[in-house]
Amino acid sequence: MSNVIVVAEVHDGHVTKPTLELLTLARRLGDPIAVVFGPAADLTGVLGEYGAATVVEVDDPLLGQYLLTPQTEALAQIISAREPAAVLMSATMDNREIAGRLAVRFDAGLITEAVDVTAEGTVQSVFAGNWTVRAEVTKGLPIITVKPNTCAPEAAPVDATVEPAGVSLDAATSGARITASEEKRASGRPELTEAAIVVSGGRGTGGDFSAVEALADELGAAVGASRAAVDAGWYPHSYQVGQTGKVVSPQLYIANGISGAIQHRAGMQTSKAIVAVNKDEEAPIFELVDLGIVGDLHTVLPAVTEGVRKAKS
Amino acid sequence: MKIVTLVKHVPDATGDRDFADDGTVDREAADGLLSELDEYAVEQSLRVAEDGDDVEIIALTLGPDDAADALKKALQMGCSSAVHINDDHVHGSDALATSRILAAAITKLAPDLVVCGMASTDGTMGVVPAMLSERLGWPAATLGVDLKVSGDTVSIRRDGDTASQTIEATLPAIVSVTDQSGEARYPSMKGIMAAKKKKVDEWDLDDLDIDADEVGLDAAHTKVTATAPRPPKEAGRVVVDDNGSGAAALVDFLSAGKYL
Repeated sequence: MSNVIVVAEVHDGHVTKPTLELLTLARRLGDPIAVVFGPAADLTGVLGEYGAATVVEVDDPLLGQYLLTPQTEALAQIISAREPAAVLMSATMDNREIAGRLAVRFDAGLITEAVDVTAEGTVQSVFAGNWTVRAEVTKGLPIITVKPNTCAPEAAPVDATVEPAGVSLDAATSGARITASEEKRASGRPELTEAAIVVSGGRGTGGDFSAVEALADELGAAVGASRAAVDAGWYPHSYQVGQTGKVVSPQLYIANGISGAIQHRAGMQTSKAIVAVNKDEEAPIFELVDLGIVGDLHTVLPAVTEGVRKAKS
Repeated sequence: MKIVTLVKHVPDATGDRDFADDGTVDREAADGLLSELDEYAVEQSLRVAEDGDDVEIIALTLGPDDAADALKKALQMGCSSAVHINDDHVHGSDALATSRILAAAITKLAPDLVVCGMASTDGTMGVVPAMLSERLGWPAATLGVDLKVSGDTVSIRRDGDTASQTIEATLPAIVSVTDQSGEARYPSMKGIMAAKKKKVDEWDLDDLDIDADEVGLDAAHTKVTATAPRPPKEAGRVVVDDNGSGAAALVDFLSAGKYL
């Protein structure tokens, strides 16, 4: 079978769940080769468990010095050397740029934010989740970015070995320089885009997210925020759910004090189940819900958190 | 200094957006407007102009006749002039062809800086700034929450997936900005009046030395094979909270759905 390159995402030394989903999807198309930016030796266990017999390690100081161009150049050299049948990457902000650059270099067929990938083609959810689009790559190498929570990771254990990428990167052609970098602090909660449950807050919180955070912690969920809450300075931008923030599609989305403006709906409408708590019974978010609670989140959420605690014990 | 700011005319997201029979976005189905994310690009360009001497801003768009409306808004906000690439053969172009056409136009305009929104609000791919960087061989500083030009260097603060960074690039360069970069201004009455006198150049593919068969639907590398509206969602249950009934309903829902 032909090879399929999967670009692995690593956070805090761990391979992310979307990467395991990519490996699972990649096996539908061929034999996955995982590409890791940074040290890969400790990752062969999990990457092998999900079917990547070959782990290509790209460990080069230039990776952290220039904005995405070293990653692009390394992948371009790996693609030229290994001639894969497809390249799969998770749909992050960084990867959309790397994918776009690679598409130009290889005159490739680019599909972004797929919600399913098969040998027959891809499925995308567009226009705020209101339309489903089936597409296929008709010319060139398929380069596909895939949204998190697209499939359940399935193990297919093989023995994985690390191979150095053997690429040569050149600082002279490396583009925009990174002159300062601060890692975002981990919240201790699941990653917003990966979480099975997201509990989010909006204008209706009045700036107090404690009830939202308490319920999230009781459910092991990630916390999200609407643009109104972010614009008001109540929560950091990196937690914004919406068209211009993070796009999430968890198993369950609980929107609290969020009216459901179109740009927010674009970011969460593909969630499998949706619950909303809002004082305003006319809020458009209620059009989307499986369960809606018309009420004050400041009284409803603490009672739910307490109820969940009791139900679990 | 010369800035080219890319703007796109997109279907209004609050209207009913649809696909045409050929799988392309139906631009007749909903009213169009200047993509909100491009307003931030115009705003940041205007701020650079306010900070510097003798800065010219050219708004550039690629699209059918209606796209002139997006240019009009950009001119009303304060851009100096505009270029409208309008050619029937462009219909159905993918991002690769779009970036090819825009790169040719940028080469012809020879600016010091290109400013883009982080993505369009219709296709939302967000790949064009990176593609332009590849095609032009210019560095790209992307996802800026601000934008500063000093001498021959442009710098941004970038709010990325896992880190907040400061990015610098030597001009000429491409920059994209996010909706965190600062509220875009409304056109003033003076701006609206002044815009009527500003120059809008119309270009077609011949002006850019691009063959018609390199772009458009037939040249696209991907093909839409089917489109379907999301099936209407069955109306969910709505409970009016009364003395804890809301919380009880939600706990039951979580328990029944095995979310606990």
